[in-house]
Amino acid sequence: MSESVPGIAPEVFAPVEAPVSPPQTSEEVEFVQLLTPEGERREHPEYSFDLDDEAIKGFYRDMTLVRRIDTEATALQRQGELGIWASLLGQEAAQIGSGRALNSKDMVFPTYREHGVAWCQGVDPLKLLGLFRGVDQGSWDPRDNNFHLYTIVIGAQTLHATGYAMGQQRDHAIGDAEQGEATIAYFGDGASSQGDVNEAFIYASVFNAPIVFFCQNNQWAISEPIDRQTRIPLFQRAAGFGFPGVRVDGNDVLATYAVTQQAMKRAREGSGPTLVEAYTYRMGAHTTSDDPTKYRLSEDLEHWKLKDPIERVRAYLTRTAEVGTDFFDEVDAEADTIAARLREGCLSLPDPSLTDFFDHVYVEQTAQLAEQQEQFAAYAASFEGEAH
Amino acid sequence: MTKISLGKGINAGLRAAMENDPKVVVMGEDIGKLGGVFRVTEGLQKDFGEDRVIDTPLAESGIIGTAVGLALRGYRPVCEIQFDGFVFPAYDQIINQVAKMHYRSMGKLRMPVVIRIPFGGGIGAVEHHSESPETLFAHVAGLKVVACGDPVDAYWMIQQAIASDDPVVFFEPKRRYHEKAELDESVPPALPLHKAKVVREGTDATLFCYGPMVKTCLQAAEASLEDGRNLEVVDLRTISPLDLPTIFDSVKKTRRAVVVHEAPYSLGPGSEIAARVTEECFYHLEAPVLRVAGFDTPYPPSRMEEEYLPDLDRVLDGVDRVMEF
Repeated sequence: MSESVPGIAPEVFAPVEAPVSPPQTSEEVEFVQLLTPEGERREHPEYSFDLDDEAIKGFYRDMTLVRRIDTEATALQRQGELGIWASLLGQEAAQIGSGRALNSKDMVFPTYREHGVAWCQGVDPLKLLGLFRGVDQGSWDPRDNNFHLYTIVIGAQTLHATGYAMGQQRDHAIGDAEQGEATIAYFGDGASSQGDVNEAFIYASVFNAPIVFFCQNNQWAISEPIDRQTRIPLFQRAAGFGFPGVRVDGNDVLATYAVTQQAMKRAREGSGPTLVEAYTYRMGAHTTSDDPTKYRLSEDLEHWKLKDPIERVRAYLTRTAEVGTDFFDEVDAEADTIAARLREGCLSLPDPSLTDFFDHVYVEQTAQLAEQQEQFAAYAASFEGEAH
Repeated sequence: MTKISLGKGINAGLRAAMENDPKVVVMGEDIGKLGGVFRVTEGLQKDFGEDRVIDTPLAESGIIGTAVGLALRGYRPVCEIQFDGFVFPAYDQIINQVAKMHYRSMGKLRMPVVIRIPFGGGIGAVEHHSESPETLFAHVAGLKVVACGDPVDAYWMIQQAIASDDPVVFFEPKRRYHEKAELDESVPPALPLHKAKVVREGTDATLFCYGPMVKTCLQAAEASLEDGRNLEVVDLRTISPLDLPTIFDSVKKTRRAVVVHEAPYSLGPGSEIAARVTEECFYHLEAPVLRVAGFDTPYPPSRMEEEYLPDLDRVLDGVDRVMEF
């Protein structure tokens, strides 16, 4: 087969051996873990969690509240108040740990499931509902919270994040691990197959952009399992693009905090991008529209329930930090209050008016569109006063 | 006053915009040291540096996607797509992200992004290098689409596009890059970005055109004089939004119209113009609005492009048909 070509050794034509082993599971690949599923602290040679137990209590509170927000939103969907909801159930540690590792000047580009990161950035949870209820397409101002609008097209935002980071670089906003700015882009394991994500890796790498790619590998892209996206652990892809990749226990809020903090510092000081793969599991459906019982085994779910991100922190706080039940009761009460506010707020979100939305197509509206807007307004007005 | 080519006009326009606003960045493949495959960005990187004239990886979605991020950061990116047929890897970012960001954010976010695309045929190129995809962009809400047809317009329109807070897809007639005209930079632009221009006054019929067809239509108008016909030629300049008042005024004057473009015939810009004119000027018309256009085939191998592209004869044939009614 391999005919000799002058100047090129025959072995150049030898095929590269493809991996024949099935994709590795979490048990087979090392990841950074600082708190075990049983709630025991662990040490890691490169990463350490340097905050106190008060901070861990804060993480517990964050995770519990966002889980409750998520549960309430799922219930609202089931009752017909939301058209759809993308649940974060099981991914609370990945989102709170990474979200709390950000500085006030850092910029976040989420996909559509980052309700926990939105919480960390101070976005009112009620505002997350608008998109799913269908009254808007994201009503928060990204400039207020440094949290960009949700992006539905898979992976598209990783390029936006890279461009934004290139802007931070051009603004000379980097160079200091604490005072500098960086960007973090969230995406999932399914998105890792998209061209845009791979292009983002290339742009970030060749321009040495201050960005962290935070992949929540929740094992499922709707019904497609991780072995339909990759034959190697995702974090290892970073090496091929020329920057470091690290896999972290995505259900360990201490580890996701420590790993993200270090990657963000690296970006802010000007050392370039990092890929963080948070190894986690989507406990619910992709969205309220699919039925996971059709494509995955209930044993998997049971297996992952033992790794619950909140339970392990509670175990640590109870046993090691000797936090009393009063604290947990207070957090639960706060969750109740937030859930009630979310429910009430959702029901009272005002229905939008099509005539208003004409205004937002262009900064400088065209004459044709203005005419359509006027005609529609007049048409709509002709029905006013009619009995329904 | 200097004589300047269309390509140099865009270069000078880019230079002026970059000098006036430090937030303007130019990005694309081969635009730095090489100055672009058509040399439109020649010398810019030398003068403005690699941070503002960004040679990108060979990935079109990446060009536009990172431009979105730069725009969100306060920059005004001007992206070069090397050839018309290469824009499609970036099409998702253009129509789903660039076009919709202002709408999605209910006006909070702006996308002052310019996407420069050398377009059209007539240069003997291989596949994907000669297309006219303007309708595919003009049909997308949130985008504005323009095409320059002469060097002076090229100089001013690129600056106006960069100054626009709306995203602009900026089509450049690649086969006219070397056409020259006198440019006096001290004279302000005659028209805003979204106005059509009557480039030749006439009385018997109007030829509507843009980009590479402007010159062809002006030649047709000259040739028609021999047949005793005095044609008006309107350079649309803007495809989305169309400058309907100027279009209607011309039709009401000449009562006959032929729309000429290289883009495929069906559902092209000519279709929209014909529909609008019919709605607004029905009782003024002596004939239906006709179209002279590319065919509803893929762009052919270049040995056939002279037959595919509207030329002087096909335009004159269109004029004959519209006059026969």
